[in-house]
Amino acid sequence: MKDFTRVRRGAGKLVLYLMLTMAAIVMVFPLYTGVVTSFLGAENLSTYPPKVFPVELRWQNYVEATRQAPLLRFILNSFIQSSGVMISQLVFASLAAYAFAFLHFRGKQIVFLVFLSTMMIPWESTIIPNYLFIQRIGWDDTYMGLISPFMATAFGTFLLRQFFLNLPKDLHDAAIIDGCSNLRYLLTIVLPLSRPALGTLAVYSFLQTYNQYLWPLLITNQTNMRTVQIGIQMLQVFERESWQVVMAGVVTVMIPTLVLFIVANRQLIRGLTAGALKG
Amino acid sequence: MELSLRRSTLARQRRRDLADWLRSLPYLAPSLIAFAIFVFIPLIRSVILSLYGTNPIGQMTTFVGLKYYRRLLTSPVYHNSLVVTLKFVLYTVPGVLIVSLILATLGNLRLKGISIYRIAFALTISISGATAALLFMFLYHPVIGVFNYLLSLVGISPIAWLIDTKWALFAVAVPRIWLQSGFATVVLLAGMQGISDELYEAARIDGAGFWQSWRHITFPLITPSLFFLLVVTTLSAFQTFTEVNVLTHGGPIDSTQVVVHEIYRNFYFNGQYGYASAQALVLFVIIMVLTIIQFGVIEKRVYYA
Repeated sequence: MKDFTRVRRGAGKLVLYLMLTMAAIVMVFPLYTGVVTSFLGAENLSTYPPKVFPVELRWQNYVEATRQAPLLRFILNSFIQSSGVMISQLVFASLAAYAFAFLHFRGKQIVFLVFLSTMMIPWESTIIPNYLFIQRIGWDDTYMGLISPFMATAFGTFLLRQFFLNLPKDLHDAAIIDGCSNLRYLLTIVLPLSRPALGTLAVYSFLQTYNQYLWPLLITNQTNMRTVQIGIQMLQVFERESWQVVMAGVVTVMIPTLVLFIVANRQLIRGLTAGALKG
Repeated sequence: MELSLRRSTLARQRRRDLADWLRSLPYLAPSLIAFAIFVFIPLIRSVILSLYGTNPIGQMTTFVGLKYYRRLLTSPVYHNSLVVTLKFVLYTVPGVLIVSLILATLGNLRLKGISIYRIAFALTISISGATAALLFMFLYHPVIGVFNYLLSLVGISPIAWLIDTKWALFAVAVPRIWLQSGFATVVLLAGMQGISDELYEAARIDGAGFWQSWRHITFPLITPSLFFLLVVTTLSAFQTFTEVNVLTHGGPIDSTQVVVHEIYRNFYFNGQYGYASAQALVLFVIIMVLTIIQFGVIEKRVYYA
């Protein structure tokens, strides 16, 4: 019954596996060549045809990459920025989602629309005043400058609100009547029960921030404040033809997000499809 | 008597509203304040800025009215950036939708080991625009790049991907299609897995083959996901910056100068904050109008289960 899409005939199966494998190769290929190249010596890189299979494992390229650009510092900066954004989004969104899900107040719908409207305003249309503002208060080249514009999140608020709404409402009423404060209810009941949703938001916001480009490009000038996505280009500028070193750097800065993808695949996919499910 | 009663209930109601608000405000205030500082006030400041001339550090000096907007109407550089952006949308949006439809259809097959393939298809969701661009920059290398090598195998002479004005925009679009296909496949697969097996079973009893089932069951039932992707990929294509900045800086001869890169060049390098703000607001309006059109026109034809 269930197996309509299951293919029974051997030959048909083989063709499907062939198609699947070809599709997978196409999707993985750019990353794969990057990894292979990152281990090649310069002499193997310049030979023709291009090396598509790993012929050597030259770890020195990675040492060379971290020597030419402070990659570890860039990764640290990105971690601080991403963690800062992640933590503040978790706090801000939990609080707002709690108000939307459990508290009564007049004009809730209007406040909801205010939140929603921030998702409709493209970041680029406000970026010039934001850039000038951060410059004026002297937050360029600081972690506060990197983190502060992204502390509130309408998407995260809606995600958590949706989850909170599914928690038993009677429990809330009973707890409040028994004298439990709202803050304590949020901290001791709601948040522990909402770990899946919090995990989704955490992974999603960390990844989005780690991969950010335009904002850190604008507000960081000193090398030691650059984030990975900007800093990685130092290699490309300095060593235009040392592609093995550039690729070693690219692979290095990708490792945190690839690990995140592997260990938190489910949370990540839930976060990414959350917008789609609303239709 | 009745009036004073009503007045007192009204007063009580108002007191209760106030109490509700005082209780709720601490929860809402952090987000509302952050939105005010980084979204709403900047949006208003953008509008004001677009009406003023500025000094090199972005302070408003002279009121110029609609001068910048008039300039937008006649500027060939700006018109070019709009055309380039539109082309970029036309490359990437159908590209992402077609690739992800194929990948999701394959990934939805019930075969042993399919989850490994699904992971391979979804891999790009963890990759950034900047690193994707660098990976492709190497593949585009005129001499040691794999793309030109593959072309040489079928007897096509090498292409200067990022230097040839005919190819540069396409070359910038490909990594974007690659990146977004992972995300799009995940979304479509989620949609496909929500389709009930009974529908397929009924179709099979009626003698429908794989292709017919796909055409008449799978495709109509994932139109909500496709619609969502259409909106998201179109909006993000209009906001493209990273790939252009890494691969071409808008060149050669502005052939990849998309709108956001044009805005960036105007305010960050040329210090034309007012003019760039006007451009940013036009982008805002374009995106708003597109969203409304997409929701209004296309959503009517989307099948919601």
